[in-house]
Amino acid sequence: MKINKHLEERIMKGLMVASLALVVGSLVAILGTVLAKGLPALNWAMLTQTPKGGYYLGKEGGILNAITGSLVLVAAATALSFFPALAVVLYLHLFAKHNQLLDLTRLSLDVLWSVPSIVYGAFGFTLMLMLGLRASLLGGIIALALLEFPVMIRTMDEVLLMVPHELKEVSYAMGATRLETAVRVVLRQAAPGLLTAVLLACGRGIGDAASVLFTAGYTDRMPTTLLRPVASLPLAVFFQLGTPVPQVQERAYASALVLTVIVLALSLGARSLTRRLSRHIIH
Amino acid sequence: MAHNQNLRRLKDRSAGHVMGGLTWVAATLVIAIGLALLARAQPLLDIQPLGSLLTSSEWSPLRGQFGFFPFIVGTLAVTLLAMFLAVPPCLLTAIYLAEYAPARLRQSVKPAIDVLAGIPSVVYGVWGTLTVVPVIRDYVTPWVSRTLGFIPLFRADNPTGYGVLAGGVVLAVMVFPIIISVTEEVIRAVPFGMREAALALGATRWQMIKTVVLRRARPGVIAAVVLGFSRAFGETMAVMMVTGNVAQIPRSIFDPAYTLPALIANNYGEMMSIPLYDAALLAAALVLLIVVLIFTIIARIVLAQAIKSAA
Repeated sequence: MKINKHLEERIMKGLMVASLALVVGSLVAILGTVLAKGLPALNWAMLTQTPKGGYYLGKEGGILNAITGSLVLVAAATALSFFPALAVVLYLHLFAKHNQLLDLTRLSLDVLWSVPSIVYGAFGFTLMLMLGLRASLLGGIIALALLEFPVMIRTMDEVLLMVPHELKEVSYAMGATRLETAVRVVLRQAAPGLLTAVLLACGRGIGDAASVLFTAGYTDRMPTTLLRPVASLPLAVFFQLGTPVPQVQERAYASALVLTVIVLALSLGARSLTRRLSRHIIH
Repeated sequence: MAHNQNLRRLKDRSAGHVMGGLTWVAATLVIAIGLALLARAQPLLDIQPLGSLLTSSEWSPLRGQFGFFPFIVGTLAVTLLAMFLAVPPCLLTAIYLAEYAPARLRQSVKPAIDVLAGIPSVVYGVWGTLTVVPVIRDYVTPWVSRTLGFIPLFRADNPTGYGVLAGGVVLAVMVFPIIISVTEEVIRAVPFGMREAALALGATRWQMIKTVVLRRARPGVIAAVVLGFSRAFGETMAVMMVTGNVAQIPRSIFDPAYTLPALIANNYGEMMSIPLYDAALLAAALVLLIVVLIFTIIARIVLAQAIKSAA
């Protein structure tokens, strides 16, 4: 009996370590595959040129249209969803009464977070039909802003949970209103965390293909106006991979590498910014 | 002075109203999404009720036949296989991180799991087509059909590698982060005193986990799995890139499958040129939304109660 329980302990521990290795190993495998296949196919022209004639048959050109398109889409969508998300989170933390309605609101926001991105795409599409829009930069921005909105709320919510209660109480005791407390105390304290929330939402937005598929469309040109279609990196990966030409498929790997590097940079940036900026806040 | 005070109070109250209004909009956005999709799907639902849409197997848009059944089965097959593959390693990893791992190891593994969660869906798809599909095609399919081919579930009629299994593997890796992080959180919520009591009675760590921690954390663990399921159910691009997308009911894990999200994503191009096609695709989006909604609400309610009762 005694030997059995120690043997069981060791077997289970071994399985746990193996599972952890599997999880970390999958990450390494994914990043390794993208790096190994993408790096040889990556060159300067890909990053600095738009597709030229015959690009999808393996001729000259690059994916500058998709890189620029993605950056414009995400910057605008993030800017659009930032203030509403901030308002919702401040309301939940400083203004709302603690009752069942608040619980229901939080549940509803959680549900919003798990809505699949293809559904945001479909909803964005119905909105566009209502407004009489075609696939365009504006449509893509709307769909992405909807997708990023709950992501932003969720991360900001966690940030505001970290603000110590005493700070708010001190501010109220000095006679400040809730709004003054929100702007001068809570926001100042939460600023680094809010920046992290923005970067995380950008990361989620820039990698999403399903929501921009029928709202933003695709084009070989650079984005110039709100009402024309716009290219995006995830769709560039998807479409290039779908062609039968091997050279173009290799460019899909290189595009996937570019996308992965941007997403990793955003996530590492968020992490290091949080650490650096949080030196000046009160713990 | 008094005037100033009134102004401050007025500002405070109007800011509260504006923010409250925005919160109300955000909280009802899910319902608005559902209603908008329903309104667009209505022309089709008028002809064919939802029940018959869900159970019909005939998909030929040109003849006005929109049966979702093969796509629902395809989505369920891929998702369930993914959960089957993902749940055991996720639970073990979460237990290890919560109970065994030294703080330094945990602090270096957590960012890795966050990175895994942040990798874009198309990149998972690229990895799937470059690694998972070839391995299934060249090694798994021949080996399984030689040894287990007599079982219908493992029959290998499809030599391409694109199918339910490839989708299941890619999706399994995609749901690792959510299942691990929620499970770990739930396990951590179990109070320390209970652990110490078990250890004081002479239990080994695993016995303590098995008899005290997991029993206590069970509802939360189930909620974590359900959350993973609902995340997997709506996943689009990665799955679409590796499952082969053939509109038939898969009979074996090697058969190609066509999921509901892939159906929507693949056909948006022609949906405005065939009558009722757009209504059918938006009805598919509505079905997707409702399924995810139900699962998420159940998981969240169970989870909230699990954390409250564990602590």
